[in-house]
Amino acid sequence: MEALISILFDGLAYAMLLFIISVGLSVTMGLMGFVNLAHGAFAMVGGYVLVTLMTGYGLPFVAALVIAPVIVGIGSIPFERFLYAPLYKAGELDQVLLSIGLVFVTIGVVTFIYGPAPPAIPMPEFLTGQVNLGFREVPTYRFFIILIGCVMMAILWFAFERTLLGAKIRAAVDNRRMAQSVGIDVDRLFVLVFAIGSGLAALGGGLAIEIVGMSPTFAIQYLVFFLIVVAVGGLGSMGGAFVAAIVLGVLDTAGKYLWPDGGAFFIYAATVAILLYRPAGLFGRAS
Amino acid sequence: MNATVKTDPTAELRNRHRWRPVEALPWLTAFAAFALLPDYAALGTQIIIMIIFALSMDLILGYAGVVSLGHAAYFGAGAYATGMLSALLGWNEPLTGLLAGGLAGGALGLLSGLVLLRYHGLTLLMLTLAFAILLQEAANTAAPVTGGFDGLQGISIDPIFGLFENDLWGHHYYWYSLSILFLVFLVARRIVHSPFGRSLVGVRENVRRMNAIGTPVFGRLVAVYTISAAMAGIAGGLFAQSNAYVTLDVLDFARSGTVLIVLVLGGTGRLYGAFLGGAVYMVLEDELARISPEFWEIGVGLVLIAVVLFFRGGLLGASDALMRLIRGRSPR
Repeated sequence: MEALISILFDGLAYAMLLFIISVGLSVTMGLMGFVNLAHGAFAMVGGYVLVTLMTGYGLPFVAALVIAPVIVGIGSIPFERFLYAPLYKAGELDQVLLSIGLVFVTIGVVTFIYGPAPPAIPMPEFLTGQVNLGFREVPTYRFFIILIGCVMMAILWFAFERTLLGAKIRAAVDNRRMAQSVGIDVDRLFVLVFAIGSGLAALGGGLAIEIVGMSPTFAIQYLVFFLIVVAVGGLGSMGGAFVAAIVLGVLDTAGKYLWPDGGAFFIYAATVAILLYRPAGLFGRAS
Repeated sequence: MNATVKTDPTAELRNRHRWRPVEALPWLTAFAAFALLPDYAALGTQIIIMIIFALSMDLILGYAGVVSLGHAAYFGAGAYATGMLSALLGWNEPLTGLLAGGLAGGALGLLSGLVLLRYHGLTLLMLTLAFAILLQEAANTAAPVTGGFDGLQGISIDPIFGLFENDLWGHHYYWYSLSILFLVFLVARRIVHSPFGRSLVGVRENVRRMNAIGTPVFGRLVAVYTISAAMAGIAGGLFAQSNAYVTLDVLDFARSGTVLIVLVLGGTGRLYGAFLGGAVYMVLEDELARISPEFWEIGVGLVLIAVVLFFRGGLLGASDALMRLIRGRSPR
């Protein structure tokens, strides 16, 4: 029972991390139809920007956690305009190759600056140790991540479902040409959504440092997980990404605890099975 | 319409299939490379293996237009089949070992193709990707037979035809691999210039029209996927034989990505792109990574971005454009 709860808890923390990083990818891929394999690279850069803000500029962790995503989000705009935009109508192959190219360059540049070793950051007192939830003690930092994940989900859900901007995004995901013809500036939506998605990825990257570790190869290492969350959840579906992240996070953590040799096999088998049965993902609409 | 135009529908295909003098170039280069740089024969062998792998990718990607992120699955299947035949069963004869690699790749290609090729777009990308990783995890889990994370050890390959051992300098294996490449290339060349090959191009260009004129599109795709997977299996088998060692990274996502990059770098849908891309990529990797791995990563990334944005035909496409520029305007 004890083990079960701790698996569930660790799994949830991991799931929230996956959700925060993947949700941006899901929306950008749903909205623009762009197979962006460089999404993990934005998360990785976010992690390193946070490291620099803390060790280079002496900012506290929470402040850096807020500022790093803003920097990465704004910094991602030129990439969207000059590299991604010309390929929105191109085939998947071009998009895959361009974003792989971007991943290589990012890994190379970050390794050049920071070296291949994982960076370490000083954690604030209140996020270390254990916190008492009434029924048991849990690691504070994981609790913090779960909290952020839920808050992010609530904010995103509200923005997506209850604001005009969200309505525009949903309209454009469903039918881009129709949205354009009723006067929605889809190009501007693209920029905005891309920047927000990259910013969220950066937030996830920053949070990941203390929990799964950060290194330049983070951009590739976890990419498959982000893609699975997006594909299984369904393109452009926020709720889908949330559910898929939780299932994947908990299953992967449980697999590592209970069946260290074959746990990962189960994850990929489940992914293949779900996609064979529902090609558009659990919550995606078949086009 | 000109009345003197030949009406034989196969004339165009036969004309395409005719050998041109320039097609001797890759083989002459391979001879010259060996004569000038015999010390690099081992690298040459790895380049040749990459070319075979990229050729197999070109059949499905360049001709049939199927984008796969998991082609390493078939390379790895071939490598493990050839390796396990020797390490577990003691079957060390190289040519039949290689054949086993090809059969394993082809069988896996047929079975997976029957399922995978029913899907399109992002779903297909994800399925091919997940399938290859699934296989890698399976190989990891099946450690008693595959060696798991430690790799498959104890592969020993008999001399080729009982005469040519895998010598220290890799000279024999260079010629062995080159001969295999030539055979694989002949098959690929025959396929793409056949009516079957042209129908694949039709599928790539306009699948709806091919359906409309009654082409069994799915069957054609499965057929070419199987052939391509068998070629990838042969490449994997050669890899296992030349290194006498197989690890899990034969099934790695990085390998699937690399072969895609190699092919696009050289130029898709024209067979020779695999040759040029394979050679340029492997030599650059060898040279640049020696300076620093970061340098290589940044370099290959920038080249890839440039190819996608500006040179969609890859190196061969760029050289075509250059030739046209030199000759004035007389394309074709």
